[in-house]
Amino acid sequence: MAKQIKVSLIGNPNTGKTSVFNLLTGLNQQVGNYPGITVEKKKGVCKLSRGVKAHIMDLPGTYSLNASSLDENVVIELLLNKKDKDYPDVAVVVSDVENLKRNLLLFTQIKDLDIPTILVINMADRMRRKGISLDIPLLEKELNTKIALVSARKGEGIDELKKLIESYTSLSKKPCFDALSFAPDYFGRLQKAFPDQSLYKLWLIITQDVNFRKVDKQEIVVSPDFKIKPESELKRLQQKETIKRYQFINNVLKKGLIVDEKAATGIRAKMDRILTHKFWGYFIFLAILLLIFQAIYDWSSYPMDLIDEAFAWLSEVTKALLPSGPFVDLITEGIIPGLGGIVIFIPQIAFLFLFISILEESGYMSRVVFLMDRVMRRFGLSGKSVVPLVSGTACAIPAVMATRNIENWKERLITILVVPFTTCSARLPVYLIIIALVIPDEKVGWIFGYQSLTLMLLYFLGFGTAVGSAWLLNKILKIKSKSYFVIEMPGYKVPLFKNVIINVIEKTKAFVFGAGKIILAISIILWVLASFGPNENFSNAEEIITELHPNLSQEELDNKIASYKLEYSFIGYAGKAIEPIVAPLGYDWKIGIGIISSFAAREVFVGTLATIYSVGSDEEETIKNRMAAEVNQATGGPLFNLASGISLLLFYAFAMQCMSTLAIVKRETNSWKWPMIQLVFMSIFAYSVALIVYQILK
Amino acid sequence: MKTTIATLKRGQRALIKEITSDIIPLKLLEMGCLPGNEVELLQTAPFQCPMYLNINGSHLAIRKEIAAQIEVQII
Repeated sequence: MAKQIKVSLIGNPNTGKTSVFNLLTGLNQQVGNYPGITVEKKKGVCKLSRGVKAHIMDLPGTYSLNASSLDENVVIELLLNKKDKDYPDVAVVVSDVENLKRNLLLFTQIKDLDIPTILVINMADRMRRKGISLDIPLLEKELNTKIALVSARKGEGIDELKKLIESYTSLSKKPCFDALSFAPDYFGRLQKAFPDQSLYKLWLIITQDVNFRKVDKQEIVVSPDFKIKPESELKRLQQKETIKRYQFINNVLKKGLIVDEKAATGIRAKMDRILTHKFWGYFIFLAILLLIFQAIYDWSSYPMDLIDEAFAWLSEVTKALLPSGPFVDLITEGIIPGLGGIVIFIPQIAFLFLFISILEESGYMSRVVFLMDRVMRRFGLSGKSVVPLVSGTACAIPAVMATRNIENWKERLITILVVPFTTCSARLPVYLIIIALVIPDEKVGWIFGYQSLTLMLLYFLGFGTAVGSAWLLNKILKIKSKSYFVIEMPGYKVPLFKNVIINVIEKTKAFVFGAGKIILAISIILWVLASFGPNENFSNAEEIITELHPNLSQEELDNKIASYKLEYSFIGYAGKAIEPIVAPLGYDWKIGIGIISSFAAREVFVGTLATIYSVGSDEEETIKNRMAAEVNQATGGPLFNLASGISLLLFYAFAMQCMSTLAIVKRETNSWKWPMIQLVFMSIFAYSVALIVYQILK
Repeated sequence: MKTTIATLKRGQRALIKEITSDIIPLKLLEMGCLPGNEVELLQTAPFQCPMYLNINGSHLAIRKEIAAQIEVQII
């Protein structure tokens, strides 16, 4: 059997840790979640030499082992739990040559954990430009480790790192100095109370508020030999510890690192002057946003049309090739359109994540946070809420996850609660089809069409509602939390193509397999519900209709039979049952079905209508034409007119119709209270607005 | 009036004095905001908040109310 080495990749954010991970593993990686929480868990395999494989785990970026976020908790939970199956044989700490001093803080903490540790000094290619020179042998001796000088950008130094990993048994497990020597009395007593445990681990258990599965904090709390100090005193000790660590690091770097300020050149200051400028900064941000929207709507429409046609064609070919029967109907009317409904979103999601990862990789995103913090705070949000709100235009799920780096709990909670108002890509197909039906395809002036203006208005409405409800929640919610906000402003970098592409692929895959499963399952269920009925009205539809209308042509007869069947299918009864509730909004029972089924996911609405209107039909007539021909039984006019159309648009703009979002909010807030509040509030709000608008416009 | 990071002008440098307030997060200290270290105000957003600093070689932004808790001595 091959020799297996477990490696943990640890490092500060913005050190190029993920680039090192990508270089080591290539596309050979899996992304999952840590059980119970939504912190991304990235693992990959790297072949070191014949018969030796390294299993590399890319831990979330962290500034220190004193955890202040969920992501950081993950790191120390793993490193303190020797029984964890991912507990590393060797820790690789990635640092950035330009921020070595700060990065070494985490390194000295890791060194205190009895794990063989390698130090990677990344971005070596920038050393000359920054006038930096390093005395590697001296640093290795002082830090009691082995150092790999790596340039992930140029792919240099990786082989050396692989060799170091392979020979990890020869690495030192000892700390590089005694960081807890500033309070010998206190720590002496602690060690005496638990003589067989590592002192630094005990100290971490006392100070960290994380869930240690195997290590029991309670044991220390109740120990008669040792008294834990109150929190404020613990904090003083942590401060002293940090100062002590920096003293050590400063002494080491004084000898081992030389910076020639004269040789240093930097574009940071010049770029910052423009990008964080009081006017131009905002102007550029707005321009970038416009570019992103342009890409999502305009550029992605070409591949989307292709996908749409390809699936329609696939359905037809399958139908023509296979013998007819219920199973083939399930494939051509349930599964293929269902799959098409997932695949069609890929171009938009890929474009969005392409831009987001470029903005993050380049260091620009931090400038946006800086620019927007003050504005967002007026509404009870944080500058860091901008990223989730922008991501929310693709999908609320990654957006809710992206709130994790907001330190202030109240700001984070408000962001989570309002993100589902932003116009996510799942609303887009609903908007597009209804706009096409009820808004005239005419132009105002030369360029802008009524239809695209309506779409833009809906986007503004989404953002406006999000910000407005944030303001309201900020007034209502009585949560005391310390307002603290620290954001690193990393240096500017040209994004690495490989990192961006891997990120886009990962995020798109997560959507396709995560949300996709639900959409596909619902499409199949819907097809079944629409293809079977509870009584003989359904099974004898052909005879009943033929008897009622003996003089119709075959084609008209088929259509009548199909709609009669649908009316008496299981789904038809369900739709009829809720018709009284949705009728005041201007909807009939078919739209009712659409709303019920899209309760799980909005994009299902169009899929549902597609299923409803294509069940039993052979012609190629588009769904849009069929919808346009629908008649409202109550008024006699077309079902989709301006009043009902606008009412439906507004209903979808405000309603919380996404089970996956509710699930993720539950996970991120760790309670059912918040998703339930979201669901009830948004549903009532959506219903009321749709009702009022329909009654006024009708 | 005490001299704090919040009272610095753009481009001004100062040395951090003792850190006493409890509301200063440990994370900020870990990023280099420690007594004796040098701090330079690089840029502020409109209304002076947040403030973009270079502390001991680390570039970071903090809000004004935290900045007002960190006493400094201008150099």
